[in-house]
Amino acid sequence: MKRGRIAFQGAIHEVTQAADGRVRLADGRLLNEADVQWLPPVVPGAVFALGLNYADHAKELAFKAPEVPLAFLKGPNTIVGHRAKTRRPADATYMHYECELAVVIGKTGKNVAKADAMDIVAGYTVANDYAIRDYLENYYRPNLRVKNRDGCTPLGPWLVDAADVPNPMALKLTTRVNGKTTQQGTTSDMIFDIATLIEYLSSFMTLNPGDIILTGTPEGLADVKAGDVIETEVEGVCCLINTIVDDQTYFATV
Amino acid sequence: MIKQKVSGTVFGVVLNDHASVRKIGADVLEAAPYKGAPKAPAMYIKPANTRVACGSVVELPAGATAVEVGATIGLVMGCAAGRLNRDNALAALAGIVLAGDLSTPHASYYRPAIREKCFDGSLPIGSVKPLVDLANLVITTEIDGKIVEERSLADLVRDPAQLLVDVTEFMTLSQGDVLLVGVSYQAPQAKPGSQVKISAEGVGSLQFSIAGAQQ
Repeated sequence: MKRGRIAFQGAIHEVTQAADGRVRLADGRLLNEADVQWLPPVVPGAVFALGLNYADHAKELAFKAPEVPLAFLKGPNTIVGHRAKTRRPADATYMHYECELAVVIGKTGKNVAKADAMDIVAGYTVANDYAIRDYLENYYRPNLRVKNRDGCTPLGPWLVDAADVPNPMALKLTTRVNGKTTQQGTTSDMIFDIATLIEYLSSFMTLNPGDIILTGTPEGLADVKAGDVIETEVEGVCCLINTIVDDQTYFATV
Repeated sequence: MIKQKVSGTVFGVVLNDHASVRKIGADVLEAAPYKGAPKAPAMYIKPANTRVACGSVVELPAGATAVEVGATIGLVMGCAAGRLNRDNALAALAGIVLAGDLSTPHASYYRPAIREKCFDGSLPIGSVKPLVDLANLVITTEIDGKIVEERSLADLVRDPAQLLVDVTEFMTLSQGDVLLVGVSYQAPQAKPGSQVKISAEGVGSLQFSIAGAQQ
């Protein structure tokens, strides 16, 4: 089952995907996915993101692969839904997307053994973990000004039940910018797999339903400009669309 | 106004007082891995699992034998606030709160310190109090009845209004979110069995104790 959340005609609806791909409201109404206002598929709890969790990406950034997971946190301000607009500030010279498999936690877990870790996963969605490298500083890097900007972490559109993703560690990741493929990889190249990440995080903190782990991105980063349409897709999960806008458009009074 | 509770996300900042900047050392900040003093606020997040109330017993995470007690004041948002300016920043607050930002000791600020700063119970936090003049507020930390630190907010690099301005330049804070104004570099340490009290005049006090790891 694929589940989502939308705003439609003045209310928030929990929806599912119909067989023909349309958005199905609980009362049976069917809507086109481009005609609704998408919200993140879950109200986010603690949102973790992983830096340098693909060996090729670590190399691309000229870093040695980490020995323990390089995890950082994001606030709710940065999470937006499918088909949202994300701002590229006027002074940015390098803003790149990051296509990531997002793991949504469904059960409370503390000190979860690797062998039991997948049991607390509710399902999967897709994240685009944008970064603006101009703002990188070497304090708790990657710092919040790079990774926790308003609206800079699109998520969705669908939360796919874990049961429907039999092997999350062998999914193709693809990013297209204006229809042209720029990033390709596979979740099988993760340095720390999902079970290891859950074991690690839950060894010192309680994971709760609604917590989300963004599992990192492979190589293939590229600068994106205002007007670019970015599709980040994970095979068997969903395809997340986002459009980059400039300051003028983002802050325009309408 | 509705009496505000701490209900959102807690954000914190390091190296926001001159004493901490001096203690880590200007030469250290210029060298690798930092390669320059911080320009934007050097921030971190304390997620919901870290928050515990006054009177709590905080269990150390496995492998830890001590915690640094980062005594600080949290600015509690009374409304959603983005792109604040110095003139309207403090008007966005519902009040302030005493907090003990606990970390297992880590000398480097280079990489995000989730394991060190986000273990369960690592943010004892008081109840929300009305805003007082923070310009010269002194925060006192006592461990087992002995004063181990007294710090004045007069020493802040960014005062509360400026911190709100610089943080909300790129991220919107929501009602119930908290922005901690900074902790001391290598703050005093507490050990299993320690009774900790953090207080400030006009803001009351926050008490908690430390217990050893169960494993």
